[in-house]
Amino acid sequence: MRPRRAALFITCLSDTMYPATGRAVVTLLERLGVAVDFPLQQTCCGQMHFNTGYAAETIPLVRRFVRAFADSEVVVSPSASCVGMVRDAYPRVAALAGDAGLAREVAALAPRVLELTELLVNHLELEDVGAFFPHRVTYHPTCHSLRMLGVGDRPVRLLRAVRGIDLRELPQAAECCGFGGTFAVKNADTSIAMVTDKVRAVLDTGAEVCAAADNSCLMHIGGALTRQRAGVRTLHLAEILAATER
Amino acid sequence: MSDPTVPDAPFPQAARVALADSQLRRNLGHATRAIRAKRADAVAELPDWEQLREAGRAIKERAMRHLDTHLLELEAAVTAAGGVVHWARDAQEANRIVGDVIAAHGADQVVKAKSLTTEELGLNEALAARGIHAWETDLAQLIIQLSDDMPSHILVPAIHLNRAQIRELFRRRLDEAAPDLSDDPGELAEVARRHLRRLFLETRVGISGANFAVAETGSVAVVESEGNGRMCTTLPEVLITVMGIEKVIPTWQDLEVYLQLLPRSSTAERMNPYTSLWTGVGEHDGPGEFHLVLVDNGRTNVLADELGRQALHCIRCSACLNACPVYERTGGHAYGSTYPGPIGAILTPLLRGVDEAASLPYASSLCGACYEVCPVKINIPEVLVHLRRRVDKHDPERAAMRALARVFASRRLYEAAQRSGRLGQRPLARSGRITRLPGPLSGWTAARDLRPVAPESFREWWLRERG
Repeated sequence: MRPRRAALFITCLSDTMYPATGRAVVTLLERLGVAVDFPLQQTCCGQMHFNTGYAAETIPLVRRFVRAFADSEVVVSPSASCVGMVRDAYPRVAALAGDAGLAREVAALAPRVLELTELLVNHLELEDVGAFFPHRVTYHPTCHSLRMLGVGDRPVRLLRAVRGIDLRELPQAAECCGFGGTFAVKNADTSIAMVTDKVRAVLDTGAEVCAAADNSCLMHIGGALTRQRAGVRTLHLAEILAATER
Repeated sequence: MSDPTVPDAPFPQAARVALADSQLRRNLGHATRAIRAKRADAVAELPDWEQLREAGRAIKERAMRHLDTHLLELEAAVTAAGGVVHWARDAQEANRIVGDVIAAHGADQVVKAKSLTTEELGLNEALAARGIHAWETDLAQLIIQLSDDMPSHILVPAIHLNRAQIRELFRRRLDEAAPDLSDDPGELAEVARRHLRRLFLETRVGISGANFAVAETGSVAVVESEGNGRMCTTLPEVLITVMGIEKVIPTWQDLEVYLQLLPRSSTAERMNPYTSLWTGVGEHDGPGEFHLVLVDNGRTNVLADELGRQALHCIRCSACLNACPVYERTGGHAYGSTYPGPIGAILTPLLRGVDEAASLPYASSLCGACYEVCPVKINIPEVLVHLRRRVDKHDPERAAMRALARVFASRRLYEAAQRSGRLGQRPLARSGRITRLPGPLSGWTAARDLRPVAPESFREWWLRERG
């Protein structure tokens, strides 16, 4: 299946704090011949509530998400974590709600919700998306993209095909940055110890950009980098793939 | 007596102590990184590793479904082979049974093979109260006992100590240690060996745990590296094995799966050096009397939890501890229980009730590294979230989460919140960064800036450009 249309599931975080990522996804997909819809009824997938133990509060958000994207043939998102929430946890939320109708709607929708690199590599069968990004970059493979969605090296294959890029391998790359949603606040000390090691690994690469396929992890790593005045910026993978030679 | 599986302090507080201990951070970081790499190599050798994991999961799942039948079958087989089976509802009952057997033989000391279950029960302390000294014989467990410390790892209880610290301990506590003892591992092991040999030869009662018990044959398996466990199970006249009821597997053939999964996952070995298997009592060799104590101590409650019961599949390999980025930095003591690390973060609240360990389900970033390495595919992140649902929620977090859920449930409120966030952050945001947040959120800004709300949200851009 080579989709010609995709609905963008932007995530509340990127919508509110990282709009450039959303604009980049639109630019990139349109360049690749995929028309983009943006269902305006979408808000938040409910991951923070669900993972913090607030299941009852998550149920209306799942209903809302399923309604917002019911008519979309393919849904694409620049967040492995939020896609993982839909594919992995939504069936459980529906079961907890005791709502068989919702469970059916979730079962029908969840497989159509794709993380950006899944859409690009699996469905559009692309690795070279025609990007140009003449910078030194290191890539942090986020936990949920690796271990929940199993995207493997797809993001790295996409990055390798970017012209001008100097891609540096990140030591201990698969280790969590310590974000973990409310974990970063509830267990702030442990979380800080983790991100400190992640930042050290990023700095060891000599990269000027730390990229990832999820803005939540980048918000965490980036927050530590700017606090330390490290002179390294964070950038969502989509923004690198959207960049072209003018 | 305090329950060794119930934490004294909430995890964030206990972790703070560990995080500040530079020696501990170094010892643990070094050890876990090394074992992680070795495990990955050992696992990569087997082309059918994923099938083995699935078999390991499936056998345990089935065994749990018919646990009552398997336990009765085990009891019958052990009894037929000349052993005595005891049933213990809780720690107190188990400790009393063990103490009574020892007392019946008039013994005032026992040698112990490494056993987590007896740690969970607080057996040593209970025996001490009856005037019986229990000698730990696993080298690391001996180190823990001599230093009046708590184990910090399932497999390597003294992982938080290095050899210089162990040398000091031996010089202080063991008569066999010469004043000029060095920290050479060979010399340290020799001191322990001399200390233990004497105990093995003069002690009449041995105590062990069990890695597996085979229902159809009544055989008990203990898997270890040192051979000291085998000394405990073969030299004394009386052997008492204490095992959790979840350790039973239906058939002899099932062992094949676990004897492949366990060593590669725990010590990154193809095969562990010592696998001891015995069935009841032998006529010519080994202990003349064998007691098997089957312990519940909360396990039946775990079994009643449809999602949580997979925690009972655990074969105590400790791969999840070694893989866990939280454990690597906090060590085992922060979990405050016999069972530390990711498996402990679910097992402790499951066994004792979430109210007794409400901070443990949150002691994880849900990164999934534990689930990825688990040889029996326990979905630890799934169970953590499941347990978080059962934790009593309190304000202000509860109020904030509810308010936020209401905002997310309405497009109008959500868009209004984006706009008011932009205004509200003005006093906080400086040159594109929020450097200080109030109240419970201050933990974030203790070492990290926060990204402010963007001047124009994505949806505002979309409506302006495409709307």
